[in-house]
This record gives sequence, C-alpha cells and structure tokens, in this order.
Amino acid sequence: MKAAVIVFPGSNCDRDVAVALKRVTGHAPRMIWHRDTALPALDLIVVPGGFSYGDYLRSGAMAAHSPIMAAVTAQAAKGVRVLGICNGFQILTEAGLLPGVLMRNQGLSFICRDVLLKVETSASDFTAGYNAGQVVRIPVAHGDGNYFAEPAVLDRLEDEDRVAFRYCDEGGAPLEAANPNGSRRNIAGILNETRTVLGMMPHPERLADPLLGGTDGAPMFRALAAALS
Amino acid sequence: MKAKVHVTLKQGVLDPQGKAVQHALAALGFTGVGDVRQGKFIELDIAEADPAKAKAQVEEMCRKLLANTVIENYAIDLEG
Repeated sequence: MKAAVIVFPGSNCDRDVAVALKRVTGHAPRMIWHRDTALPALDLIVVPGGFSYGDYLRSGAMAAHSPIMAAVTAQAAKGVRVLGICNGFQILTEAGLLPGVLMRNQGLSFICRDVLLKVETSASDFTAGYNAGQVVRIPVAHGDGNYFAEPAVLDRLEDEDRVAFRYCDEGGAPLEAANPNGSRRNIAGILNETRTVLGMMPHPERLADPLLGGTDGAPMFRALAAALS
Repeated sequence: MKAKVHVTLKQGVLDPQGKAVQHALAALGFTGVGDVRQGKFIELDIAEADPAKAKAQVEEMCRKLLANTVIENYAIDLEG
C-alpha cells in the first residue's frame, strides 16, 4: 500500500498516523507538504488531525483551499482512498469531498477523552476490519466536532449505509448521553458515495499500539493495508 | 471600494456560542434579552471600482471561502 500523509501548518497528528501506517505496511508513508501541487501514484491519502492554519475563519476552511488539495480532490475522483481524521474530516467537508459541516461542540468545551463508537458498517476498506454493530473505544480531541447536515442529507447517508461510526453507550445504543458534541444523529464518521473517502472525528491512530493503552484503532489500518496491497 | 460582509448562522442552526452569551448577559443582570445569535463581520478593501463587478467578486468570495453555505448566510454591503 502506497500511502501519503498531507502536512499543513498546524497539523499535529501527521506523525502519529505515519507511525500507525508504518506498523501495518512496514514502511513510512510519504509526508506531503501542503504547498506541493502534485502527488505520486498512491493507494491512500491521509488528511491528518491538528489545527491547520490555526482554525482561522472556520476549522478546515483555509486548508481546503491550499495548493495540494486540488491534487487530493483529483485523486479522490479516481478512487484513491482518502482518510480524514478530526481536522482532516473538517477539511474534507470544507473541500466538498464529504457532505455536511463540523460545528462548534454543543457544550462549547474542547473535549479530549476516549469515547465509545458503534461501527455502523463494515462495507468499506476503512471499516472492513470491524464487524457491523461492534463497539470500539477511540479517543476524540476536538472543539469543532458537532456534525451538522440537513435532514435530507442525513436520511440519504443512512439510506445508503454511509454512516461509518456513531457515538454510543457500552451496549451500542446511540443515546444522547453518549453524544459528546451534539452531532446530529450521533454521527462520528461518514463515507462518500463511492465509499472511498472516510471522514471521522475520533482518532484511530491514537489507539493503534498496545503501549498507548489500546488497539481498537489498529483494525482500520490493517484493513486498509490488506485491501490496498 | 470597501466591502462589508456579515456572515450569520442560518435559521434553525443551533448557535451554542450565542446561547452562552445570552446566559452571560442574564447573569450580568441584563433582563429582557431574547435569542442571541453570533456571527462574523469581515471588511475587505476591493480594487474593483465598478459596484456590480465588485459585488459579484465578493459574492464568489463568500461562496468559496468566507461563508460555509451549509450552515451560514452572508450579506454584502459596498461602500465608496
């Protein structure tokens, strides 16, 4: 699997995800600076977490228009897998690669803790390492994770099995009490129409090594490597 | 020419910051404050002198960057 991680000024999870990818592929992904305008032939592009451009104007708004994003969009159109984590998810919505928007958390606080997620679908290269309905523990760290889209858009995401993850309780129930940020319908991650782009607020790369206290994020990277090698 | 852009949340989109401001005003003793909605004000110096062209330019800026039209409306005022 040939992977690249896009690095923006203010990215801070780029190295974490590079380590997680190296664990499953045996070699380090390419690190691509946001000012570059071309990408090599790739199987996977990761848009990592962080605070690109200091979250100026809106989270992800500036990065979505940085020079490299035209190449990312062009590769995504060809079916290259794109994974946006946290700020990466915000960037992908601002770039129009995924529907909706990540608004300020309903409680206004920055939230940094583990949450429980229900895997809603295993039908994607990102989620094939999980069983649909499985509950996993993954950390979140965001101030703007409150997923919003019009009801018709949400209905369509659900009808097309494109909700990848929902915030849930230990039994997998997507209760309001289990929703950390006010996201519509407890949505934590979504797929695009062709199931080749995933955006998610939680950080699988932060729990992909036993030394970090858990490995629930590891199946995502293993599944990607298996599907794309 | 100056362009003044107001970006506001659409009706029906929850505004937790506005709510927090509303509660803080109540705590300060300002009674009778109803709904509070918070937005952004952006002032631009535009080289274009023709008002119609300037407005079209700023419209495009709003659609492409200044506002996220999934959740926000924008209003443009031109001066000078």
